[in-house]
Amino acid sequence: MSPVAPFIALLALALVAWLVARGKAQALQRGSGTRGMHSLPSYHAWFVALATAVPAGLFALVWSAVSPGLVLGRVLQAPAAGALPAFGMQRDTILSEAHAIAAGQAEAAFTPLSRALVPAFEQALQHYGTIGIVITLVLGFAGGAAAFLRLRPGFTARTQVERTVMALLLVASLVAILTTFGIVGSLVFETFRFFQIVSPLDFLLGTHWSPDPMGTVGLATGETYGALPLFWGTIFIGAIIAMLVAIPLGMMSAIYLTQYASASLRKWVKPMLEILAGIPTVVYGYFAALTIAPAVRDFGRAIGIASASSESALAAGLVMGIMIIPFVSSMADDSIAAVPSAMRDGSLAMGATRYETIRHVLVPAALPGIVAGIMLAVSRAIGETMIVVMAAGATARLTANPFESMTTVTFQIVAMLTGEGSFDHPATLSAFALGMVLFLVTLALNVIALRVVKRFREAYE
Amino acid sequence: MNSPAQASPRDATPAMSALGPDHADRRLRRRYAAERRFRALGLAAILFSGAMLCFLLFDMAANGINGFKRAELTVEMDFTTGVLQVDPAQLEGPESEGLLEGAGLKDMVSLAAVRTAGEIAGAELADTAWREVGRKIAADPGMLNRKVALSVPVSDDLAAAVRGDGDPVLRKEAARLAAEGKLHRAWDWGFLARGDATSPQEVGIWGALKGSILTMLVTLALAFPIGVLSAVYLEEYAPRNRWTDMIEVSINNLAAVPSIIFGLLGLAVFLWLFPNWRSAPLIGGMTLALMTMPVIVISGRNAIKAVPPSIRDAALGIGASRIQVVFHHVLPLALPGILTGTIIGMARALGETAPLLMIGMRAFVASPPDGLTSPSSVLPVQIFLWSDEIDRGFVERTSAAIIVLLLFLLAMNSLAIYLRNRFENRW
Repeated sequence: MSPVAPFIALLALALVAWLVARGKAQALQRGSGTRGMHSLPSYHAWFVALATAVPAGLFALVWSAVSPGLVLGRVLQAPAAGALPAFGMQRDTILSEAHAIAAGQAEAAFTPLSRALVPAFEQALQHYGTIGIVITLVLGFAGGAAAFLRLRPGFTARTQVERTVMALLLVASLVAILTTFGIVGSLVFETFRFFQIVSPLDFLLGTHWSPDPMGTVGLATGETYGALPLFWGTIFIGAIIAMLVAIPLGMMSAIYLTQYASASLRKWVKPMLEILAGIPTVVYGYFAALTIAPAVRDFGRAIGIASASSESALAAGLVMGIMIIPFVSSMADDSIAAVPSAMRDGSLAMGATRYETIRHVLVPAALPGIVAGIMLAVSRAIGETMIVVMAAGATARLTANPFESMTTVTFQIVAMLTGEGSFDHPATLSAFALGMVLFLVTLALNVIALRVVKRFREAYE
Repeated sequence: MNSPAQASPRDATPAMSALGPDHADRRLRRRYAAERRFRALGLAAILFSGAMLCFLLFDMAANGINGFKRAELTVEMDFTTGVLQVDPAQLEGPESEGLLEGAGLKDMVSLAAVRTAGEIAGAELADTAWREVGRKIAADPGMLNRKVALSVPVSDDLAAAVRGDGDPVLRKEAARLAAEGKLHRAWDWGFLARGDATSPQEVGIWGALKGSILTMLVTLALAFPIGVLSAVYLEEYAPRNRWTDMIEVSINNLAAVPSIIFGLLGLAVFLWLFPNWRSAPLIGGMTLALMTMPVIVISGRNAIKAVPPSIRDAALGIGASRIQVVFHHVLPLALPGILTGTIIGMARALGETAPLLMIGMRAFVASPPDGLTSPSSVLPVQIFLWSDEIDRGFVERTSAAIIVLLLFLLAMNSLAIYLRNRFENRW
């Protein structure tokens, strides 16, 4: 039985409840005249439909979370389950395979044990599926009937419905907090497990990074988990090379667009920058790997750097810089636009050229906003994944040679989590520790930048 | 704006007395030169960005056009000899392929290929070539009484030789056949209808595209209602207290969190809750929904804020409840703005790769997904996987997939711009 079946049945029941309740309310309205009803018939209908769907729907949600455990318990009592290995990966594989076959998600079994378990799974799924759908429908019917019996001309259906809607709004806005807690919780939990194996000092200050996701756990010591080269690679690519490209180009574009360009040129250039910002990062990554990286390597060889590699920090950083241009440009645009025009006009009236006005008046006045914008751009660049995964390489190196391959935090997160390593292995857990560092750094950059922007806006308002 | 007459007196007066008028002139010329240089630099920055964009798009288009084509060999098939003994009436059903295989179609296609193209090139047909011939026969059983020339796909090696790489012997053969007009690159419309495969001649984009569409549907179904409802709550009803502040701070921070972190969340929470749905569009959609929701909340709040208070006052004044004011008046007026923000958020989610890699959507999936819980790939991840392939044929296919992705993004963004221009109210 499909896991969504109870919900579909419940929706159908709620629809019936809505129609029946509206009929009843319309009859009440005819009986009591135009002034007699507190609420419109449709509110009565919604009240009954909500009473049908909400409690039973909550039950169905809880049931869909609880029932896999119940199904598993029942299957383990079956005689065929006696032959299962006591615990570990193999047992989980067999169980999930048998479950998938019984649920109709897979067709062939790879192990005979799981084939033997299929009937038990089918039976247990059927059993608990039926219990779930029956209780859901009974609850829905009971809720609907109880609500239906309360319908009177004076019943305050609208107030009740609106109270429910308010609760729904509050719950929806709590999702954001839940997500934040989810992110922080899962990162902290896995990072803590990682730090039980590898000491935080070794991780943050070690200079040798070569975890082996397939190696045995016992051999993993702090020596292969020194993340300093990753931090350096991330800063070198995201905060140095990319910014060397993005800051001048983005700033100059913003200045030209706000101070010099005609309206018709702005009309063309703004959408162009939006397109540049809207191109998916995987496309930039492919562009970097296919076209820019070989060009950079050939250039490096041509100027006599023998170690120039076909996956280089420079290629990834250049393309990342191009990707960030629209971001820097729009932040600089906003900051310059926030400077009061009296300052600009005053400078021009004193006889300064436009260049002098921009350099000595506008940019210094807008500087806090520009710096904040650059911080946001850096936070975006160091969190960028696909370009470095496709163009920067996998070797952890502490070098300042941009032609060599270099790895970053995001690259290693992807590398550690897309292999076949087990979830308990320190290499897998290290990805969460790296994620934690990345999260904290981007968070700090954003919080500081938003504060600066806010204070700066207030200064001119 | 500032003529020389205005600009010169400031520095000219003291300088002229000491160094003479010549010096002032030179200084002024220098200042204007700096002005012109700066202006040219600004224009150059814009031109450079534009040039990079054009270069990128041109690079993808130039490679991608060939990705929609594949190398095909024209094979003369003579069905009149009666070698292929099948009853045309039986070719209607789904078992026609097995029937044709039993009747020896596979060998017949190989033999015909050798006869048309010679021993070396004739052996280089794609594994699926005879199946395509079978489908053509099933579509037109009358073919079995005629001599026909059919175009069938060739193997990866021969396709590489057509491009001019690979084995020199094959390259010579390919040049000869191309000169005879038997070997050519034909539009491969099946690229838009097939799933993933291991050979660049046989891959298709439909599996990934369908996975993307299903994932986007899940994202939309979750992020849109939650995002709009939270925007309404925060903008219209939320009391000013610590909880509301916390919600606002969370939303602003979530909008700036790197996407890969959402992938870690999906891996640690969603896959822990539903381990059976690894690489399913449902989990991918849930992960992307968390990422898209803050974008919708922020744009939704701006759209709601833009609705003038007089409309709320008027509705309240004639007796509407606070919920009715919002749901009957404010929300419909704010909807174009909310939809614009939603489409832009969805476009970003459509191009997102990193979080989906985290939750296992990088597995090789040959058949398009049947539903929300079956394993699937998505367009950007497919692009990433193909870009990792060694075979040169995949370069063109990857660029073709990028063109498909960019066209979808272009369509979505055009729709957003259209909505903004057509429906947005200026108060």
